Amino acid sequence: MEIEGVKMLATALAIGLGAIGPAIGIGMIGSKAVEALGRNPEAESSITTNMILAIAFAEAVAIYALVVALIIKFT
Amino acid sequence: MTANKIAETAITQNAEAVVSHGPHISIKAETLFELFGFPVTNSLLTSWIVVFLLVLLALSYNRNRFVTSLLNLILKPIYSLFAGVFGDKIEVFFPLVMTYFLYILSLNWLGLLPGVGTILLKVHDESIPLLRAGTADLNTTLAFGFMSIFMVQYYAVRYLGWGKYLKKFFNFANPIKAFVGLLEVVSEFSKAISFSFRLFGNIFAGEVLLTVIAFLVPVLASFPFLLFEFFVGFIQALVFAMLSSIFISVAIADHGH
Repeated sequence: MEIEGVKMLATALAIGLGAIGPAIGIGMIGSKAVEALGRNPEAESSITTNMILAIAFAEAVAIYALVVALIIKFT
Repeated sequence: MTANKIAETAITQNAEAVVSHGPHISIKAETLFELFGFPVTNSLLTSWIVVFLLVLLALSYNRNRFVTSLLNLILKPIYSLFAGVFGDKIEVFFPLVMTYFLYILSLNWLGLLPGVGTILLKVHDESIPLLRAGTADLNTTLAFGFMSIFMVQYYAVRYLGWGKYLKKFFNFANPIKAFVGLLEVVSEFSKAISFSFRLFGNIFAGEVLLTVIAFLVPVLASFPFLLFEFFVGFIQALVFAMLSSIFISVAIADHGH
């Protein structure tokens, strides 16, 4: 395989594999937040704030994978 | 060949040239010119503009009624958000974390304005964008991350004193505590790295996303993504300020023995 093909493959694998974990994490955060909302609808604003913060942290892992993929692609 | 036909051919050729090369994306900020031997990049120029605008805003606070009430409107909900983290120490730390928030928010949002990244400049036979989002440069975000962690250490020393502060990192009472201290030292550095990569990754990924979408569908399609990027810019600024405030409040908490 020539170097360009390997680079393309590495880019796709880096972001594809790196997105699995955060996807599961964000799904769990969302499900738990909805569950909490069902139990205690008055706490909506604080649940939303904390949920978005937690999603941002889970998403950061996917962003690391994306940065790696972009570095492989554009350098 | 009519003028219309010629223009059409020119457009097709142009489009072919773009297709064969793909959109131009640079992962590092490009140097515009050099000042006293230091390279001035397009990200740095945008940061200077943001600093100038924020200073103007700060000077007109309490002089212009409109600016004052607008700023109060922005500051109040965020004040109550941080008050939940700091408790009664909010008066000391609010200026610091609000500065993080406002500065990063302005940098993120200024990078989304039309003209930023699209106005090109010819430097040494290479066309580079005149402006680029300040946080879409890893140097900026690394500086933010390390400065934020440095402030955490500073406040920890100020509130706990050198003795208690150093005891967290260098404790030779037993081997486990010595090892935990080593891990604490590493974790401080990894916090700074994680700060900077989170911010840089989000903003740079947003720029790449907008460029690629505009490249695939030239009209209208990038509009929802642009709105999403405004949301992401706000959330990342909030996450940076919130994490800094949580790290500070953990570091200054006195674990009594």
